Amino acid sequence: MPKIISFILSLSIVLLLSCDDNNARVSHGKKHAIIIAGSTSVMPFIEKLSEHFMVDRPLFKINVQGGGSTAGIQACFNKTIEIGMSSRQLKQEEKVLKEIIICYDGISVVVHPKNPIRELTLKQIRDIFSGKIKNWKELGWIDRKIDAITREEGSGTRGSFEDLIMKNVEINDSIMVQDSNGSVKEIVATDPYAIAYISLGLVDNRVRALSIDGVAASLQNIKTKKYKIVRPFLFITNGTPNEFVQTFIDYVLSNDGQNIFKKEGLIGIK
Amino acid sequence: MTRMKFTKEHLVKYMLTLFALSSLLFLFLIFIFILYEGLPLFHKIGLKNIIFGFKWAPTKGSFGIFPMIVSSFLVTLGALFVGAPMGLSCAIYLSEYSGKKMKMFLKPALELLAGIPSVVYGFLGVIYIVPLIRNHFGGAGFSLLSTSIILGVMILPTIISISFDAITSVPKTYREGSFAMGATKWQTIYKVVIPSAKSGILASFILGMGRAIGETMAVIMVAGNALKIPMSILDPLRTLTSNIALELAYATGDHRQGLFSTGVVLLVIIMVLNYIANFGIKKKVIK
Repeated sequence: MPKIISFILSLSIVLLLSCDDNNARVSHGKKHAIIIAGSTSVMPFIEKLSEHFMVDRPLFKINVQGGGSTAGIQACFNKTIEIGMSSRQLKQEEKVLKEIIICYDGISVVVHPKNPIRELTLKQIRDIFSGKIKNWKELGWIDRKIDAITREEGSGTRGSFEDLIMKNVEINDSIMVQDSNGSVKEIVATDPYAIAYISLGLVDNRVRALSIDGVAASLQNIKTKKYKIVRPFLFITNGTPNEFVQTFIDYVLSNDGQNIFKKEGLIGIK
Repeated sequence: MTRMKFTKEHLVKYMLTLFALSSLLFLFLIFIFILYEGLPLFHKIGLKNIIFGFKWAPTKGSFGIFPMIVSSFLVTLGALFVGAPMGLSCAIYLSEYSGKKMKMFLKPALELLAGIPSVVYGFLGVIYIVPLIRNHFGGAGFSLLSTSIILGVMILPTIISISFDAITSVPKTYREGSFAMGATKWQTIYKVVIPSAKSGILASFILGMGRAIGETMAVIMVAGNALKIPMSILDPLRTLTSNIALELAYATGDHRQGLFSTGVVLLVIIMVLNYIANFGIKKKVIK
């Protein structure tokens, strides 16, 4: 028996030592791993950016994950990730974290391409989502129930939509709920009677963005501040980031990074 | 030598006991964890305000999950409405009518049905059933009806395998006695076999209900997740499980605890269902 114990002990010591050795090798730097997580609205753009970033810098390994704005901020608090992504402003108790605005995104109200309605007023949109307007007839189309879709409680996009459009009017309980920009868009693209809101960067020819109060949801109108439903996309860090993380942040804020945002339908910070 | 073997035998026995008990430990830990996270909110908001509250706005301090409890049961009943007749018919066919060859083909097919991941059911529901309902019945398609259909198919394997076992365990002498009295095959099944297998069949329905009420992914995809109690079978609805999965990613503080409270309610419902099912099965065994 003692023999076995001493064998196990020595084995574990060897293992421990080798572990240590391993760690040392990694931190001396074959690859600099950066984990980024948070808002599903920001994620697709950062994924694209990190791919571009890694092409020229093979020493970096950037891992982009979703989870939602709040989850990203929470993970930043716990220091389990290097950078959090958020599509909503930090709340008061979260202000200890550092926030960096990386770009702006419009929120667009979208319908199916077959829908003849091209324009709604802010008030009409508010009435649809608060349950006052329930039928397309009231908006001058056919006699058919409106299939409105919102995002789930706590979502960054929903938070911005509530701030910018609903303005303290509650979203009605009978409105359908989906948990990502992707599934909202999928429903609007397949249901001719649907209406919903998604990030402007995700609008393509499968859905149509409505003009609001006569202003089309276009990059031009956002730049000239005519289209008002705009929110910032944020990077969140816990304290001052280390040099590798800073390198990536600098890249995102550089002209190269900003140009990718612009190409994807977002609005740069400059 | 014998002593050596003796200790080895014991070692194996204790190791196996340990692993066997660990499953119990996990159950216990899950229990403790959910209660630990979920109960404080019951204390803070009040049991009545959570279970019978109509308003779910966790970021604004309302935690009523009554509509979801009702929706969960509606969906479960709907699934039973779709799945029970099909499942029972299939079980009867398998045990009473089908030949050996057919059975050899059908049984593995059913096991395959049970093995299909729920996200695939949900995906098929979104692509085919939802548009079908939207175009032919009206509404958004994301509804009680579509969810019931999907769940009804998903609980088929549970219902079939358990009620099949119940029906085949009816002694052959019962059937022979019935035939000897001059009853036809259907009369025998209807009047003798099913009544004697009744508690097992009932247990299969209840376990099917347990599966339906606990299903999450497929339900999120086809139910529409609106917070109101559905007024027709074409209205969208949100169940207890989808409430948790839908909002967990974003939830902090009280909101997170609210989701755990939803979990506590779900746990209690499933425990009650399992208890009833086990009770039903035991009764059958004693008989």
